[in-house]
Amino acid sequence: MIQGRSSSNRKGDSSPRGFLEERLVVQDKTAFLQMKEHPWISASSFLVILLIWEIVSRRQWVPPLFLPAPTEIVSEGWAMLWTGMIFKHLFASLSRILWGFSVACLLGVAVGICIGFFSVPEAVGNPIIAATFPIPKIAILPLLILWLGIGETSKVAVIALGVFFPMVINVYTGVKNVDPLLIKAALSLGSNRARIIRKVILPSILPMIFAGMKLGIGIALLLVVAAEMVAADAGIGFMILTAADLMQTKKLMVGLILLSLLGLFSNWLFQRLERLFIPWKQ
Amino acid sequence: MRVLIDGISKVFTDRQGGRTEALRDIRFAIEENEFVVVVGPSGCGKSTLLNIIGGLLSATSGQVIFEGVRNHSKPQTAIVFQDFALFPWRTVFKNIVYGLEEQGLSHADQVDIAKKYIAMVGLQGFEGKYPHQLSGGMKQRVSIARALATDPLLLLMDEPFSALDAQTRTLMQYELSRIWEETRKSFLYITHHIQEAVFLGDRVVVLSRRPGRILNIVKIDLPRPRDEHLVIEKRFLEYVEIVWTYIKEQARDALEELP
Repeated sequence: MIQGRSSSNRKGDSSPRGFLEERLVVQDKTAFLQMKEHPWISASSFLVILLIWEIVSRRQWVPPLFLPAPTEIVSEGWAMLWTGMIFKHLFASLSRILWGFSVACLLGVAVGICIGFFSVPEAVGNPIIAATFPIPKIAILPLLILWLGIGETSKVAVIALGVFFPMVINVYTGVKNVDPLLIKAALSLGSNRARIIRKVILPSILPMIFAGMKLGIGIALLLVVAAEMVAADAGIGFMILTAADLMQTKKLMVGLILLSLLGLFSNWLFQRLERLFIPWKQ
Repeated sequence: MRVLIDGISKVFTDRQGGRTEALRDIRFAIEENEFVVVVGPSGCGKSTLLNIIGGLLSATSGQVIFEGVRNHSKPQTAIVFQDFALFPWRTVFKNIVYGLEEQGLSHADQVDIAKKYIAMVGLQGFEGKYPHQLSGGMKQRVSIARALATDPLLLLMDEPFSALDAQTRTLMQYELSRIWEETRKSFLYITHHIQEAVFLGDRVVVLSRRPGRILNIVKIDLPRPRDEHLVIEKRFLEYVEIVWTYIKEQARDALEELP
């Protein structure tokens, strides 16, 4: 068809461009959706911002009391590493997070499965959770201190409370969304209810448990700092607050960097764990 | 052993109190080692019937009775589902031994039985794969092996090849015919595909559209083992025509009907 048409065109047309201009080449309209990755730009822009910051502080365009230079913050951090100051505060915060987080995860999974799978616990649990979930957990801290004292328990409790809610809601949603066909298949292969929970529900909701943990760790970081600012003698939150009181801006910044690193590390850790525990997802 | 489907009726009631009659007085028997196919137009309650026989749904009236069961430790039924229903977190091997775990068999026994059925459905070399790594045909093989491994009195299959492409489907029909020859179990197979029904069944139960009633039970007197040469034979095509005449009107009406 095209061949025939072009040859007849060539005769009638004075220039061969006549039919060349008729050609319409199909373009990929989705090309712009394929976002390119720019690792080089990411790294260099980060460095450029640090460099500008360094210049701004060194030239004292902003007083170092407000904005110490990055190099000075690093050397302060290095010194604190050697005196063991960092470890003291880091371990204090980490142990609170670890306790609160693990208690909340265990409870959250257990309660979530319970209210997701059994109708009476669902009827009891749902309104209680709906009513208590919106309260900012930091607002409950004074009450917890009143009940549990000013020591470690109230801090661990507030973290546990904060992590519990995203966990329980995620697990509950996960249980509700388990493929009913898989439950039917397990029943037809002879599973009883307890085995359905262990062998079908639990593996089905693993991705939701991990999603809950990732949400939870962010909340745990937030709450540990808040709780340590209210009352503590060690911890990153305590360190930041005392540094601010004493106008030690460098030390304060070291605390912030520690929190950033902690967040990045936990994200990385959960991603690794997820890949390890959910090998069927890739 | 004989399975008696004794006057099964099913009426679904929705939240507004609306009633849908799905099945009406279904009555037939499945003999030992018999391959029975239930065929009907879409929405005739075929799957409802299978779920009732498989103990996953209660009938409004009527009973399913297993007569003359000597070995009470055997499970009554195992089901092969249309959408495979494989556990995505279990490998092929672990999927196949699921029912054996639930029966409390020793690990050595589980391995022996699994090996036998993996060989029967041709899955050697795929034992360690996860379901998402398999094609549809492969997944359904796993599902068939998993159901057969439990050694049920009656194997139920709910349109097992509907989710497969036409070519794979044809090949799987030949496979299934061979597997039935090897196991000689009682099979109850649900489909809307008439050629498939005639090719596989000793008897074909033809259901009407909703409410599903038995229109006729056609005995398929074709020699076994059956293979691909059968499907071009005159006698085969005659049976297809017979079943189609029963179903034709029903299917046409079902086409007009709102779901």
